[in-house]
Amino acid sequence: MNMANTKEIPLSRSFAQRTQAAPAAKLAKMSARDVKVYYGEAQALKGISVDIMQNEVIAFIGPSGCGKSTFLRTLNRMNDTIEGCRIEGEVTLDGKDIYDASLDVVLLRAQVGIVFQKPNPFPKSIYDNIAYGPRLHGLASTRTDLDEIVEKSLRRAGLWNEVKDRLQQPGTGLSGGQQQRLCIARAIAVSPEVILMDEPCSALDPIATAKIEELINELSSQYTIAIVTHSMQQAARVSHRTAYFHLGELIEVNATEKVFTQPEHELTEAYITGRFG
Amino acid sequence: MNTPTTTTPLDEGARRQQLLDKVQKSLRRRHAAERRFRVLGLLAVVAGLSFVAILFASILSRGLPAFWQSTITVDVFFDPELIQVSAKPLQGRNETPAAFRERELAWQGELAMVNWNRILEDSVIAQRPELAQQRREVRALFTSAEKFRLRDRVFADPGLIGRTVTLDLLADANVDVWLRGNIDRSLPDSQQQLKPEVRALADRLKAEGMIAIKFSTALFTNPDSRSSPASSGLAGAFVGSLFMMLIVIFLAVPIAVASAIYLEEFAPSNRVTDVIEVNINNLAAVPSIVFGLLGAAIFINWFKMPLSAPLVGGLVLSLMTLPTVIIATRASLKAVPPSIRQAALGIGASKVQTVFHHVLPLALPGILTGAIIGVAQALGETAPLLLIGMSAFVANVPATPLDQSTALPVQIYLWQGNELRNFFEARTSAAIIVLLGLMISLNAFAIWLRKKFEVRW
Repeated sequence: MNMANTKEIPLSRSFAQRTQAAPAAKLAKMSARDVKVYYGEAQALKGISVDIMQNEVIAFIGPSGCGKSTFLRTLNRMNDTIEGCRIEGEVTLDGKDIYDASLDVVLLRAQVGIVFQKPNPFPKSIYDNIAYGPRLHGLASTRTDLDEIVEKSLRRAGLWNEVKDRLQQPGTGLSGGQQQRLCIARAIAVSPEVILMDEPCSALDPIATAKIEELINELSSQYTIAIVTHSMQQAARVSHRTAYFHLGELIEVNATEKVFTQPEHELTEAYITGRFG
Repeated sequence: MNTPTTTTPLDEGARRQQLLDKVQKSLRRRHAAERRFRVLGLLAVVAGLSFVAILFASILSRGLPAFWQSTITVDVFFDPELIQVSAKPLQGRNETPAAFRERELAWQGELAMVNWNRILEDSVIAQRPELAQQRREVRALFTSAEKFRLRDRVFADPGLIGRTVTLDLLADANVDVWLRGNIDRSLPDSQQQLKPEVRALADRLKAEGMIAIKFSTALFTNPDSRSSPASSGLAGAFVGSLFMMLIVIFLAVPIAVASAIYLEEFAPSNRVTDVIEVNINNLAAVPSIVFGLLGAAIFINWFKMPLSAPLVGGLVLSLMTLPTVIIATRASLKAVPPSIRQAALGIGASKVQTVFHHVLPLALPGILTGAIIGVAQALGETAPLLLIGMSAFVANVPATPLDQSTALPVQIYLWQGNELRNFFEARTSAAIIVLLGLMISLNAFAIWLRKKFEVRW
């Protein structure tokens, strides 16, 4: 670890010491080591190190502009598409560096899917929305296979019963919550190992939010999920562990229960008790 | 304690009333401003529409009559005595095409030697024997191209020789002008374009029904003509314009769309692309005549391409259209929401797949509209064509893009400068109607395409 600037970031160090001292009982699916992200001159992330365990739901919380979304997007290299974005440090998936030149970013995104803040279905039919990924990656050789993938994905996303009779209708005609579940189904359809969710419920009403949260709980048995959220209640409801970001630094990461009851750092406490954010 | 409780509600009420009055006053002002603006807007629309209406009315009222022309209906007798030619050659089994062509040309030469004027005169005199002494005047009634059309008929079908066929033949332009009153009939003989005998004959034949004003397709089927203005048409200019449009569609549109996609979706934004972008925008504002100069300097002087050729015209118009289509395409690509790109990338589509599967289909209506507007703009462009020699008089329909040709707008320009004013005024307007008709159909096509490919969200 970079010891030169540990003085400025005392809690990052303590976290680093903690992770090094106690080797993870579970397998780390993805891990970030000293990740720094710059947008042009501005530094958005100041050395983030965290492990994301197999089949866990990890929530990233923090005030606006703290870098939690930026960090999420480094995990499947969506930041590559942003002009002037520069990334330092190491991010691994199953021990392999995802920023390695030999790694194909298309393959990475098939393994690490993403669901965005605003539902963004393609202006195509519901069926084609789901089938697009599998077709792209050649996952289905026959029409029957494809139908099966579409049905399975929609079932997992809890949308099948609502849309099974209108698969050929445009996905954009669904309600906001349905659209977001369609986007989750679309992400599931390419059989990713990790699903990243960037404030997936911020554009939804409470009922649709409850459905998505239920879905996240179910999905966690098969997928590793990292979710960025503005709602602390949501983090508390869906995640196993919670990471608190503040001004581009990772302040604290711990079991969710612990973060919300006995936060280790005063910044975390201030945030969860509503003193800022 | 007592006074405040009794006065406060009153004060309060008065204050509220005052406030409401103020709002009411400002409301009146705001409503007045709104009404003023609406009336002004409506007036602007009405003014614009009435100018368009005046323009169309004047063009239509002048141009539409040109589609009807003075026509002489004659039973033409293809007199074998006069048409003394050998049999039409047929290609022999062992004959080379060159040898056959030579014999055919010789036969054509024989046909050209026939006195076709005399056939016309004889045919009229056969119907009106009293005109036997007025051969010269009878001949003057017909536009000079008609005798060649008789020859062409026999060339196409030698079986006509010895038969009588009823034909509608175009009257001379001056006869047409006289009969339709496009010249002051009270002018003295010295200022008339026709001799008094011809005028009298024309009037008489019209009264007798031999000359009538009939719909004529000459305007569409014939190329331009100076010796026979009555039979001049737009066919040459139309084909020239068509060749240029094809060149623009197949050259400018793909290049423009490809460069727009590259610049918008793939190019890194740095100093180089900034410079390119500024220059494209500047290029769109360059006066079109400058493109003509460029065409003359580069395509004709340097590459030695032929003068007056639709190929050069098409290249020049392509250059002129490029920035328009690039800007339109980039605008419609920009209008595609970035969330769609992210969605595709997030599933693992490559950059190219994202663009071609999702962005392009969504941008397609805008791109097509931009392309068609660009093509329509090129169709109506005159200035650059003047500089590359396309304003020459061309009496043939071009067979290839390398042949000499004019274009529709250039033809309008040439006709409106023609010295036979009182005949070509109507023809110029007729040509404008044809050009406007093409423009309107292109724009209608653009609208139809946009509706067809528009994706509902």
